[in-house]
Amino acid sequence: MSAATVVLALGDDVSTDAIYPGRFMATVLPAETPQYAFADDTAFNAKLKAGEVPAGSVIVAGRNFGCGSSREQAASALKGHELVVVARSFARIFLQNAINLGLELVEAPDIEAAPGDRLGVGATEIVNLTSGRRCAVRPLPAARQAIIDAGGLIAYTRRRLVARS
Amino acid sequence: MGQTAVQKILARASGRREVAVGDVVEPAVDLAMSHENAALVINQFREIYQGTGLEPRVWDPAKIAIIFDHRVPAESAKTASNQKRVREFVAASGITKFHDIRGDRGGICHQILPEYGYVRPGQVVVGTDSHTTSHGALGAFAFGIGATEMASVWALGYAVNIQVPGTIRVNLWGAPPAMVSAKDVILHLVGTLGAAGATFRVLEFHGEALAALNTSARLTLCNMAVEAGATSGIVPADAETERYLRDEAGVAEAIEPVLPDPDAAYERTVDVDLDALVPQVACPHTVDNVRPVTGVAGRPVDQIVIGSCTNGRLDDLAVAARILKGKTVAPGTRLLVFPASGRIYGQAVAAGYVADLVAAGAVVMNAGCGPCLGVHEGALGDGEVALSTTNRNFKGRMGNPASEVYLCSPAVAAASAVTGVITDPREGGAR
Repeated sequence: MSAATVVLALGDDVSTDAIYPGRFMATVLPAETPQYAFADDTAFNAKLKAGEVPAGSVIVAGRNFGCGSSREQAASALKGHELVVVARSFARIFLQNAINLGLELVEAPDIEAAPGDRLGVGATEIVNLTSGRRCAVRPLPAARQAIIDAGGLIAYTRRRLVARS
Repeated sequence: MGQTAVQKILARASGRREVAVGDVVEPAVDLAMSHENAALVINQFREIYQGTGLEPRVWDPAKIAIIFDHRVPAESAKTASNQKRVREFVAASGITKFHDIRGDRGGICHQILPEYGYVRPGQVVVGTDSHTTSHGALGAFAFGIGATEMASVWALGYAVNIQVPGTIRVNLWGAPPAMVSAKDVILHLVGTLGAAGATFRVLEFHGEALAALNTSARLTLCNMAVEAGATSGIVPADAETERYLRDEAGVAEAIEPVLPDPDAAYERTVDVDLDALVPQVACPHTVDNVRPVTGVAGRPVDQIVIGSCTNGRLDDLAVAARILKGKTVAPGTRLLVFPASGRIYGQAVAAGYVADLVAAGAVVMNAGCGPCLGVHEGALGDGEVALSTTNRNFKGRMGNPASEVYLCSPAVAAASAVTGVITDPREGGAR
């Protein structure tokens, strides 16, 4: 179990427009997208860009995190900062994009945490070390875990191609 | 136990007799669509081949469609350069279903695919756009994916690790009253189900009301299925589907509908009574924050937008033109209209709709995604309010987090353009 600090606590239905506003969509390369992560939350975006958010920091959210557009920039921007998202649930396309790119997501239907809380994140349970609350982690379906285990979809597909040729 | 439409499509595409909900399958893809984000797909596609010694080559150029729509004509040097890269890739790869920035063949991807007969009943369609759900209107299983997943499809020809989704059956009863449309049906449904109410599920539409909803209306329905979190929406193909494909899309080949079994197992059933439906409005800042228009009537609006993959078809422009003909857009309110395709634009000109709209004060823009997603044009000022026939009202959606977006049908939008406030189109002046 690893311990990490909550740097942002959000509600339900955080859209990919909030994670990565549409006006930055002309920027597509994963190396270039992190600068626009949560661009409309200017204070948090400034911290990210100033390098004040350590890798492994946690964003906590409610239900349906990543709803809306399929823009992969939303996942690559957070991955670029090596953030971890713990949410009550995720929208389908965002979840798949995160898995494909190696952004760490944890689904915990009863998660409750505030900025500054320390979380112990395990495979089956999250312990909020600040509040003492514990909540269960919903494991990813095996089919999705296989892509994570391969190191992302690029590596997974590359392996298929090589095996086929 | 019988199978739903999507189970049968996935079984066929995976070479299996049947599939169960939760099964993991790798369906062959019939159509793989991207827009400007093909620039990222190309990048990821080349990445896959790194170090393999294999030549990056798409599995089947005839099954790839690329349509420029999100930022047309380009708003920046960056976009223009991305579009240029995509054009070069299209030419080098022999991709023929390519729709560049043109007044005749151009338009929004979700309009071009049906309009050109690229989508057929029973197909598996993937697109790097969440509103790929639209194409379920033609009886296909169509869903949005990310750019890296598309790169994988380009390489392999199938989608990896797809879990067979459960299906919610939606029965549409009755017939829509005057000034009530498919947009009101889907807004009502998203409000009922909630923004995550159908996540990892398919909405399969049935009911007597479908007979009165043409393909244009069904595209509106399926387009917004994703706003309830659904993987897709689907209308099992029927006589209207065939009429559309033959008469409007020019399809000559055999059409092979894949229909749900009569004893298909649905997770649950939702009934919508269209007879009792009134015009609906989705209020800021979530699409499921839906109220009857009567609950928000009178709210002043700065900008009204009619168009998009949701409501930029000829039927939609006809409704708007009928309401606005001989009237004037209220002072202080801007009306922006953008047809869903070049073909529709031409039809709207021929029918006189464009002249009526322009005479009323509308700005008729080129076909494309226009102001919908705040990347290109028609951005809102601080504190401004928009009323739009598009599909999303998230905070910042139209380019400014300090603005508000309400969503509605073309009838509500046009009636409100006359008054400058959110207006029930069933009221006298708008008829």
